[in-house]
Amino acid sequence: MDPEKLYILLAEDDQDDRRFFKKVFDSLKITHTLSMCEDGLELMAYLDDTHKLPHIIFLDISMPGKSGMECLKAIRSNSRYRDTTVAMYSSISSEDTVEEAFVFGANIFIKKPNDFDKLKKILTEVTYINWQYVTDGLNRENYMINYYTNVPDKFL
Amino acid sequence: MKLYLSYNFDKACRTILQEQLDKFNFKYTLEGPGIVHFADSMPMHDYKLLQEQLQHYGIEIVDNQKAIMVQKIKGAILAMLAEKDMPQIKISTYLAMQLNENYRTLSNVFNEVCHISIESFIIIQKIEKVKQLLVNESLSLTEISFLMNYSSVAHLSNQFKKITGFNPTVFQKVLQNKRALTNNIN
Repeated sequence: MDPEKLYILLAEDDQDDRRFFKKVFDSLKITHTLSMCEDGLELMAYLDDTHKLPHIIFLDISMPGKSGMECLKAIRSNSRYRDTTVAMYSSISSEDTVEEAFVFGANIFIKKPNDFDKLKKILTEVTYINWQYVTDGLNRENYMINYYTNVPDKFL
Repeated sequence: MKLYLSYNFDKACRTILQEQLDKFNFKYTLEGPGIVHFADSMPMHDYKLLQEQLQHYGIEIVDNQKAIMVQKIKGAILAMLAEKDMPQIKISTYLAMQLNENYRTLSNVFNEVCHISIESFIIIQKIEKVKQLLVNESLSLTEISFLMNYSSVAHLSNQFKKITGFNPTVFQKVLQNKRALTNNIN
């Protein structure tokens, strides 16, 4: 229960977006380590290889090679990653894609804003709520939060 | 002029500790280097004060007193939510009474350790329970709002949407699809 560090993994093919996310994560108050992969293939190789699994993976839906959705399916078909939260995000998606992601086991879906403060707000909330799942063992099957249409004004 | 000193660290630390501890009304004994045994439990307020004063001398309390307190708060909240008839008093009064500590202290420690407020924690836990009732017991929203002490179905739906981003019925549908898929795969 001692606040051990939150371990975050980000899979994003766009260099500017990686920088953008990193900047937002750096501004969060929660102690964390951030690792980054540049596409889906690298992500899967990284996960296979690592002995320290991330608490949460932020996964871009559209990536070359192996798409975010394909990664999600691969991750959810392996029980080793059962307790890892998957947060999908995209700047262009349809409601159908969002629902598909949840049905295939995503825990969080974010419509990526281009605004630093908005993204910060969402990521702050996602990491803090996720921390409750890490520390309190809440039910993972029911762990679905949709930020696609919803602008968060929950807690902070 | 220069003076050359030799220190007895153990004795120095013991003396500092004793001087600081004697400022309070504790019954204590020093059990070897780095361990103090207290006859009674310590109120959080004194604990914080002691921690502050010791920090001044570079002495840190190696303890997860705060984590223990947070566990107690969570325990009290979960017990309260599990009861059929939830207490009609304010949650802050309830927790202060249960834990024999003022609510401000409880709330600050909780925020520091958990990164969210006690109020948010309660809402998250309530919504967790609503999710279970919704998908496992297939209760109607009317039944759930009654069971969970919501003033109306609208209030329940709004809070659900605020926390999960879903309308309760959509959430139910998506989860059923997810379960169907998992069953197909296995």
